[in-house]
Formats: sequence, C-alpha cells, structure tokens
Amino acid sequence: MATREAFLARVREAQPAARPRPEVPLFSSIGGDLRARFTAALEMMGGTCVEAQAASGVTDLIHERFGAAVSIVSATREVPGTRVLTADTEPASLQDIDVGVVRGRFGVAETGSVWFSEREYVVNALGYIVQHLVVLLDPAQLVDGLQDVYRRDDFRDARYAVLVTGPSATADIEGVLIRGAQGVRSLTVVWLAANA
Amino acid sequence: MKVALFIPCFIDAFYPEVGIATLELLERFGIDVDYPQEQTCCGQPMANSGAHADAAGAERVFARNFAGYDYIVGPSASCIHHVREHLTAIEQTDEVRKVRASAYELVEFLHDVVGAREFPWAEFPYRVGLHNSCSALRHLKEASMSEVAGQPFSKPRTLLEGVKGIEFVKPERADECCGFGGTFSVTEEPVSVRMGQDKVRDHLNAGAQYIVSGDMSCLMHQQGCAERMKADARFIHIAQVLNGARA
Amino acid sequence: MSRIDHAKAAGEFIKKTEHVAFHDRRLWDLRQKRDAQAHGIAEWETLRELASGIKEHTLSHLSEYLEQFAAAAEANGVVVHWAATAEEHNALVHKIMSERGMTTLVKSKSMLTDECRMREYLEPRGITVMETDLGERIQQLDHQDPSHMVVPAVHKLRADVAQLFGRTIGTDPHNSDIHYLAESQRMNTRPYFIREKTAGMTGCNFAVAETGTVVVCTNEGNADLSANVPPLHIASIGIEKLIPKVADLGVFIRMLSRSALGSPVTQYTSHFRAPRPGAEMHYILVDHGRSERLAMEDFWYSLKCIRCGACMNTCPVYRRSGGLSYGGTYSGPIGAIINPTVDLKRYSALPFASTLNGSCTNVCPVKINIHEQIYKWRTLIAERHEVPFVKQEVLKMAGRLLASPTLYRATVASMSGALRRLPNFVLYNPLNIWGRQRELPEPPKQTFHAWYKKNRGGGDGNA
Repeated sequence: MATREAFLARVREAQPAARPRPEVPLFSSIGGDLRARFTAALEMMGGTCVEAQAASGVTDLIHERFGAAVSIVSATREVPGTRVLTADTEPASLQDIDVGVVRGRFGVAETGSVWFSEREYVVNALGYIVQHLVVLLDPAQLVDGLQDVYRRDDFRDARYAVLVTGPSATADIEGVLIRGAQGVRSLTVVWLAANA
Repeated sequence: MKVALFIPCFIDAFYPEVGIATLELLERFGIDVDYPQEQTCCGQPMANSGAHADAAGAERVFARNFAGYDYIVGPSASCIHHVREHLTAIEQTDEVRKVRASAYELVEFLHDVVGAREFPWAEFPYRVGLHNSCSALRHLKEASMSEVAGQPFSKPRTLLEGVKGIEFVKPERADECCGFGGTFSVTEEPVSVRMGQDKVRDHLNAGAQYIVSGDMSCLMHQQGCAERMKADARFIHIAQVLNGARA
Repeated sequence: MSRIDHAKAAGEFIKKTEHVAFHDRRLWDLRQKRDAQAHGIAEWETLRELASGIKEHTLSHLSEYLEQFAAAAEANGVVVHWAATAEEHNALVHKIMSERGMTTLVKSKSMLTDECRMREYLEPRGITVMETDLGERIQQLDHQDPSHMVVPAVHKLRADVAQLFGRTIGTDPHNSDIHYLAESQRMNTRPYFIREKTAGMTGCNFAVAETGTVVVCTNEGNADLSANVPPLHIASIGIEKLIPKVADLGVFIRMLSRSALGSPVTQYTSHFRAPRPGAEMHYILVDHGRSERLAMEDFWYSLKCIRCGACMNTCPVYRRSGGLSYGGTYSGPIGAIINPTVDLKRYSALPFASTLNGSCTNVCPVKINIHEQIYKWRTLIAERHEVPFVKQEVLKMAGRLLASPTLYRATVASMSGALRRLPNFVLYNPLNIWGRQRELPEPPKQTFHAWYKKNRGGGDGNA
C-alpha cells in the first residue's frame, strides 16, 4: 500500500528525538461513601437517583414519572418492556419509544457516570434514541474514580463502551443549559442490586 | 554589594519621578547605588516585535553598562523579564550571563534580597487596587495567580502591608491582563482599550481610590483610559508609595 | 490569500456591545469553573505534567504508535485509510459513501473536518451533510466557521439564532426562547439519524494505539447517535490524537472536560473499538500538515493539543475579539501558533494579537508553552519580513537609535520633544492611534537622566 508507507515514512522522518514514557501512578482515592458521592455528582449533571426494592417497582416508577401508557423497551431481564428487544432489532425502529431501561455494569463515584457496552444495551442506540433512560445500578458496583475505570479489563472485549453521565445536554446558545439536546431528555438511576 | 540602577527608557523619558523614587528608596535601605549614565534600553521593544537581530545593539549597550555589578535593579518587571529570559541577540559570554542573572525587579529585590518589610517613613491612607503586571505575576512569579493552584502569596502586597493606612480592595478579576502589551496597545488598539477600560471599571467598582502597580507601562495605559472615561481613579507606582509619597 | 486583519475584525466585534459583554462574561465563567475543578484536585499539576509527558513521548514515536493503532483496528474488523492531505480525506469520505449508495452524512463535531473543508467538497457532489451538534449546526446554517472549539456559536446571542433558524429551518424568527430554539433543532435534526442511505461520522478526541479504540467526548450524545444508528461509522482522526494505552485515558479524561467547561466529565465519553455485527467501521488517519509541524523544532509542541479550548477561555484578547476575527478553523492562543504553519503570510497578525500575558500556558492541560511559541513566531515572521504593521526599516532604525547612548540622549533631549521624537515603531503615527480612546501622558519637566546629572552627579546638565 504505497500511500500507507509514504504516509508513515513522512511521520517517521519528522519525529523529534525519543522522549521517555512517564510512569502514571495511582493517586490516592478519595474513598468515603461512594454512593453518596455518586449521587451528588450525578445530580450536578442533571440526573436523578431513586431506590427500588424490586424490579417490579421500576415499572411502577416509570408509570408514575412518565405516564401509564408509555412505550418501554428494556434491555434488562428484570424489567419488562412493551416491545420486544433483541440484538437484531433495527436501531431506527426505536425512535418512537418513550422509555428505555438498561442496567449499567458499574458506576463511578468521582463523576456520577455509568458504564455500558453493547452487552448492556443489546442495541447500542437504545441509550440515545429513546426520550428517557432508566438505568438500573447495583450500589455494590461502584468504583472510586476515572483512574480506576481505565485500569479495568471491561474495555478489552467491548466493541463499544461508554461512560454516561446524566442526560443529554447542551449550553451552546448563550450558555443556557438545555437537557435533551440530541439524546435522552432525562436519566434516572435506580439503585437495585443485580439479583434482587 | 555593588548595585546598579536600571532606568527603563520610557521611565527616563515620561516618568522620571518613578526613577527618583526607586533611587531614594534603595538609598533609604543604606544601599550605595550606581547609575551607569550611558544606559539606553534593554532591547525589549525590538525583540517583542520579532526584530530579534535589531535588539542586539541595545542589548550590547545594556550588557556593557551593567557588567561587574552584583545586582541590577529596575522598576519594571517586563524589562527585567526580557533581560533574564530574552536578552539573547548578543553573544552569551560569561559576563553577559552574569548580567542577565543579576537583574532584579525592584519588588523582588526589596522582598528577597533586602528582606524589607517595614517602611516607617511611608503612609498612604487610601483604598488601593493592587495591579500586578503579567510580567511581574506570570513571568517573574512575584505572586500566586488564580489559574494555578497553590498557596496564595504576594511579594508586592507583603511590601505594601508595611505602609501605614493602606486598605486593599478586591477587584473581581484581580489578575486579568490590563491590555497594555507593548506595541499591542497601538497595533490592537480596540482590544487594548477595551481591556484597559474593563480593568479600570473593575478597580473602581471594588472601591479603589488609587491603582498601584510595579509597572508604569500598565499604569500609563490604564490612566490613559481612565482619563478619557472621566473616571475618578488615580495611579501611582509602588516605588513612590514605598518611598513615602503621600499622593 | 490576503492577510487576516485581526485588529479590524476585533474592533467590529467590540462595537457590538451586548455581544462582546456576553462573550467575555460567558467564557470567563468557564475559566472560573475550570479553576474550581483544578483547585479541587490535589494532583492537578502532576496530571498536567503526566499528560504533557505522555503526549511528547507519543509524538516522538508517532509512526510506531500509528502502526500499532492501525494493526489493532484492522484486527478488530475496522477498515483503516491514510489521507496525507485534506483533499485525500474528503475524496475518501466521498468514495466510501458513494460505493455504498449513501447520500446523507450525519456527523458529530470534528475540527479536523472543518480544517479539511469537507462539507464544501461533499455538498456539490450530492451528499447532504447534517451537523448534529447544536453549535456546529448553527454555524453550518450561517455558513461560518465555528468560533470556539467547544462552544462553536458562543459569539451569537439568542436573537441571532432565532433569526437564523427562522431563515433556514422555518422556526418563528421572533421567538428567541432558548428552549424553543434547541427543541426546534432537535426535531429538525432527528429524522436524519434514521433516514436511509445515511452514514455516520465522528471526530476523535483520543486514538488508543493499544486497542485501536477511538474515544469521542460529547455532551449531546450526537456522536453516539451518529455512530450507532446508521450502518456505517466513519471516524476522522488527526494523527496527533494518538495515545499509547487505555490506562492513559485515566489521565486525559479527567482533564478534558474540567479544562473545557469546568465539569468533571462530559455527559458522554464513548469508546469505539469494533463495528456492530452487520455494520461497518472505517478510520481515516489524516496528516494535512501535521508531520510538517512535527518536524518544527520550536513548534511541534502544539500537536499535544487535546482541543479543550481552555486557552481561549482564559485569553483576554480572544474573549473580546471573538473567534471569527482569527480567520481560521482554530482561533485564540492555539490558533495563533497553529495557523501560521498553514499559511504564514495570511496569519502573520495572529501572534501579535497577544499581550504575551501567559495565562494560556498556565491553563493548558498538556502544558503547551503557548505564549513562548507566540513569541518565537514573531521572530520567525519578522525574519520573513511579514510583520504586518511595522516597516522592517523602522525597527532597524529604532535598534540603531537605542544602541547609541549619544543618539538616544540627543533624541530625548528636549522635554517637549521627547514625546514627539520617540522612535516611530509603526507605519502610522502611534500617538494618533493611542489617542483615539486614551489620554497621552504629560511630558515631564526633565528626564530622569537630566535630574540625576543635576542633583547627583556632575556633567554638563544635558538630558
């Protein structure tokens, strides 16, 4: 591939003299109440945290918050949807769905973020194309900070991985905060252990 | 110690009282100060315009005039910064290197070398907005700056705290650049003026009666803006305040 | 192309008093939010040092990391392309799309594609390009470059957007309620994500060599929609975006949003490594002058840039001139040191649109020595005789005057003449420019030199 070789040769010739790679230490964790820190961080980014005792409570919560007749697509075994979701579901077909339900693999106390991959989403677009997202999160699955996230193995096998921190937002016009820019209008984290 | 007085060209021409106050102030601390009379300029105006080679002549005169001194003290952070960091258009002999390393801005010299903290002859019963030039602040690191985390400190403020009667006001953007920037003040006149006006307004809104700085170039620019704005602000160099000026 | 007159454009922006006041306040607010984040992390300065060190290491081994990145990506099923120039990049995008019969491109923000003028290439060739980021969409509809890397329409007020949307997407031009405007853009854009014959494009914040991953940070979620709905995802990647390992993201992701907006992280931090089953992923690695810059001993450090915009937010000149006054894809302090590599003459005024105050260098998360590079550019521009407002002869004259104590003393001799006879540093009378909006200083009775001679030492009493 002539183009590739010429391209790389030009870069190789231009490179400055070798600089060493710095050692990146693990900085001391803040620790403390991870759940409280997560909640505070997520609320600052426009998300909300609620608790549920069982998966059935989640459906009640959805109806309370968004209406009795909303359409729901769930990527979780625990919470039922009004429409079936499989790995073969066309992403575009979800564009008229009101509420998506998904379980995060873990959360991050430093930032209020939740981690997902294609395994959690089943169909990746679910996290963005629906109007509202409900996220089940096991409070035992919280890590301290971003430095810890990026030392985990989870990225290795994921084709697509994302840290989601609150709903979609923009402040592009006069710095006024808008929720629901192109993605979901709201994000609700429901504390629910994975095998409740 | 052998100390030489460096009087920047524009202070020589426009603000001799700042030079006089600097000399008198150093003498109050028992320092025997030489004033090399052949000095002209440090070369900054040419170098900052990119004319590196054209600064060589002035830099040569500077190095020649100030050779052999332990300390070269001047009341202008931007000039001293130029000498220490950018006086490179001439051959870097041992003598030139020594001159460069021996250059001190007045506040640095008083604070670090003389250890001055008390100014019993001075009184300045006014509300003061202290303006640290970006050269003094960011390049000579004479005080902490809001964009860098760390222990707060301020050498100019420490010195002024030794002057009876001073009250310090807190502008909203205490360490934002005032917009002089050398030839920038002319080549980018609209932005320069806007920055100067904003700076004056900020100090006045904080209640300042006087704006005090170690850099006369900043003050010249702010005063120019203030007078055209008909703003009730007065301007004075830190050397004059420390030397006992009452207004 | 003719020289960009930054000062003139800045003057025009400043006349718009409401716009410049908002612009300055808004960006200063971002700067203060950034300060709060930086001061709240004990290891902030260490993180800056690490980020800078990782980038310098990577850039000094860039060809190896590019090979590692491409090999990993290809093993993941990604197709990797190499574009030496902007034209090659644009032609590749067109080729990939037209081979598949695709006629619409939905994309998230990419400064690189703005640099390459990709829309101007694709649109006449029958491809509809939809900028999905609200700020980029505003600028697309207005046929303007983004004015800021992170908040592309920060120079506009709500009434401007209302008028623009009224003209272009059929909203009520007199309704400047921001929720209404944002909702209108959402609804206007949304159909494009799901239409047929559509490809999705993202830029790239970080390209991880270890795994072939492209990392994209947004607040709107538009990158995730652009990449995950259409059957084709193209990522345009500037070669300077490479970092060695996934673990390095633990440094960069902690710093990016904090530096840009003063929030700990963006709403979406997306990691693309391999295509969805049944879909395709293509990477286009782009040089477009980057290897040239890499070879510049004084200026290659600008390639460390992670596009946070913190330098723009802190720059007192940028906040009062607006990004469009810089005349290029990049503006503010980083623009002043990047743009002259693209066209020295056209952008020769930019390194002089600076007071050299140095706060940009202090806020840069990867410790680019921005103000020092600005200073060096001035020297280079003067060597090429392209200083836009000073005659070379005038600087020579000034240099000669200040090199001669006798000549200098003679010039400042007379008290009233001192002001008028000062070296004329510029093409036009500097006193006239100074005097437009400022008073001139009073000429003193005597110079310091004369005072000293009179009061402290002998001599002939001359000034």
